[in-house]
Amino acid sequence: MSDVKSKKMKKIALFLPFLVFALLAGVFFSQLGKDTQYMPSALIGKQLPEFSLVNLETNKVMNKEDLGEEGFLINFWGTWCPACSFEHDYLMELASQGVNIVGIDYKDETQEAIKWLKEKGDPYSVVLLDELGNFGVDMGVTGAPETFVVNGQGEITYRHQGIVNEEVWQTMKGYLK
Amino acid sequence: MLPEIGHFALILSLFFAASLSFVPILGYVKKQKILMAYSVPLTHVTSLLVLLSFIVLSYSFAIDDFSILYVSQNSNSLLPVMFKLSAVWGGHEGSLLLWVLILCGWSSAVAYKGKSLPEDIKALVLATLGVVTTGFLAFLLFTSSPFIRLLPDMPVEGADLNPLLQDIGLIIHPPMLYMGYVGFSVAFAFAIAALISGNLNSSWARWARPWTSVSWAFLTLGIGLGSWWAYYELGWGGWWFWDPVENASFMPWLAGTALIHSLAVTEKRGVFKSWTVLLAIFTFSLSLLGTFLVRSGVLTSVHAFAADPTRGVFILVLLFLFVGGSLLLYAMRAADVKSEVSFGLTGREAGLLINNIVLVTLSLTVLLGTLFPLLFDFLDLGKISVGAPYFNTMFSPIALFLMLVMAVGPLLRWNRTKLETLVKQLVFPLILAIVLTAVTLIWQRFEWITAISLFVAYWVLLLTLIDWFAKLGNSSVSWWQKAKKLPRNYYGMLIAHLGMAVSLIGILFVSVQSQEEMVRMAQNDSVTLSGYEFVFNGVSQVQGPNYVANRANISVFENGRQVATMEPEKRVYQARTQMMTEASIDAGLFRDLYISLGEQLDDSTWGVRVHVKPFVRWIWLGGIFMMLGGFLSALDKRYRKVAGAKI
Repeated sequence: MSDVKSKKMKKIALFLPFLVFALLAGVFFSQLGKDTQYMPSALIGKQLPEFSLVNLETNKVMNKEDLGEEGFLINFWGTWCPACSFEHDYLMELASQGVNIVGIDYKDETQEAIKWLKEKGDPYSVVLLDELGNFGVDMGVTGAPETFVVNGQGEITYRHQGIVNEEVWQTMKGYLK
Repeated sequence: MLPEIGHFALILSLFFAASLSFVPILGYVKKQKILMAYSVPLTHVTSLLVLLSFIVLSYSFAIDDFSILYVSQNSNSLLPVMFKLSAVWGGHEGSLLLWVLILCGWSSAVAYKGKSLPEDIKALVLATLGVVTTGFLAFLLFTSSPFIRLLPDMPVEGADLNPLLQDIGLIIHPPMLYMGYVGFSVAFAFAIAALISGNLNSSWARWARPWTSVSWAFLTLGIGLGSWWAYYELGWGGWWFWDPVENASFMPWLAGTALIHSLAVTEKRGVFKSWTVLLAIFTFSLSLLGTFLVRSGVLTSVHAFAADPTRGVFILVLLFLFVGGSLLLYAMRAADVKSEVSFGLTGREAGLLINNIVLVTLSLTVLLGTLFPLLFDFLDLGKISVGAPYFNTMFSPIALFLMLVMAVGPLLRWNRTKLETLVKQLVFPLILAIVLTAVTLIWQRFEWITAISLFVAYWVLLLTLIDWFAKLGNSSVSWWQKAKKLPRNYYGMLIAHLGMAVSLIGILFVSVQSQEEMVRMAQNDSVTLSGYEFVFNGVSQVQGPNYVANRANISVFENGRQVATMEPEKRVYQARTQMMTEASIDAGLFRDLYISLGEQLDDSTWGVRVHVKPFVRWIWLGGIFMMLGGFLSALDKRYRKVAGAKI
């Protein structure tokens, strides 16, 4: 009797590897397509936070209402950031395609920034100064360059940490609408 | 036109592979020898077609055919020819094609070498390999064809190969790695054939053994190369990162190591039959899992390929079919297996059982660490990353224990060992190892874990050599003749075990005694580290074939005598405007000097990172030993004799 039972147990035990694997496969399936490269931004799907920052060119304070109704990109950059200078050429190209890019000059010196834009060209529709990085804190920025997509409804729909290039733009542009 | 031929050959190969996975099985079921015999030509034709398409793709790279999307994304006309050819496997599509090509290579090798296998087993083995080939060819063609054209707007220039991959280490690393973990498919196929035919006696283990050893040797080489590449190319002197992709190749290695040992017991003693079959499935499953993790984008890693959910779904389905299917087959068939032979607690069987338990525990530890972020995310507990501390604390003690046992294992006799004899054999090496450790400790202060590791290394070296001398002694013939008589299998084991000790010594010293300093340096500045004086002679601009670089010149003096001139570089690759640190290494058996150039701080000063790494070469030297051991044991005469014998 007990022999039969232990035999049955053994038969069930042999299915264990399969069951464990099936569970694991289920987990894998649920994780597919999730973007693991980036830390999630808590701001996705939320309205762009309020701000009042100085416009580099006009020296006037601007608010979020001044940024217009259409979708645009917010790009955090600084003259101190080597990766930003690599990114710059591609931003120029995007700007020439008519993409509206709002530049946030992040933790930077104004004179340096003016010089930089004069030398390399200016891809931004407006450049706002975030000298102390307060707006960066509101946006949860971890470093520069970092780029956010804001759609026509003023919602943040996408966040990219690092250099924007053709490949990134291809994913990004879908979030603009 | 040519790329279309390559594409067509690939499509054709899918049909042949599909027939290969079907016709021999039909023959097996219907007991038709002719249908079963089709397995060999079908295997060879599939392989030839895949080879043709691989050659076409390589040729397209060589002639800069940027009308092919994959070529344009991964190559550039400025790239040296050698790198153009290795760029074939620089991206997802091409490396998958290489994966399939290597699978076909293994299948053809089995078809060619397996002349003496029973007709039905050969048919089942080749059909199983055919099923795997079919799955991956379908994956390649439906989601990742490397032959997609960019017409009519073909780019004039390609996007270039990632500079990190423009390196000799990366030319040979992926092929070797794939040779290894794809090679485990052969042991897997033998296990499946044994399950289907119900013929689970020890013969399948004998057939699978040499294949497993060779794959394991390749995998060892592949992992070693990867580690070596990371060491000199990533620019910060680390040699292992516990990165998910590294783990993906390390897990099959651990399981494969267990499999090699378990196959030996099954073949020689007829025990652990059902376990060995499961282990063969487990090992290949880990290879497949690795492929899935790297290519589906579920985990973050520096070397992961671009994420694509469709690919992820496809490969998950494949994983489910292959692994799930074989585990189900196992569950249904393995109950019939009977192990009649029993063994004693002091026998070699028991020793190998410990080996297996520990190695499987190690692979599960790595598996858990690798999948933990995924499981965490799945359970909605947030995002975490599991880093080196987890692996080091979990892995090191178990691995040390494994090596402690490893040294004793070969001394054990089958079934039972007389304890007194064993103790007698162990006492002298034990004392000697303790004395040697103590002596080393006088010369160098270590933490206790390091001291234990050192003891283990001595212990393994001593016991392994003593076992060899014992085998040579007490006989009338000269030791040389006796030494020649010992089977290659034995020498394979000996060398591989020594290799483990050598690697352990390397790991030990590098982790404890490495010196490293980050300094600002201008012309004629100098810094002294571990008795070496590094003098900075300035930086010059250099133009490479597809990059520009700042190259520093640093002279190294030891006791006032110049021992090396080192030239680390900071490169900017033009096509991708990507920065690369090219470390300069002065290699030696007992220490490496390692310098990487950091950022330029102002007009004349640079950040420079200087390392002195004792014994770092030993890590890879041990790997080379292990690899040689693997190849040597596969060359054992027994396998050739057996090949002719009637089963």
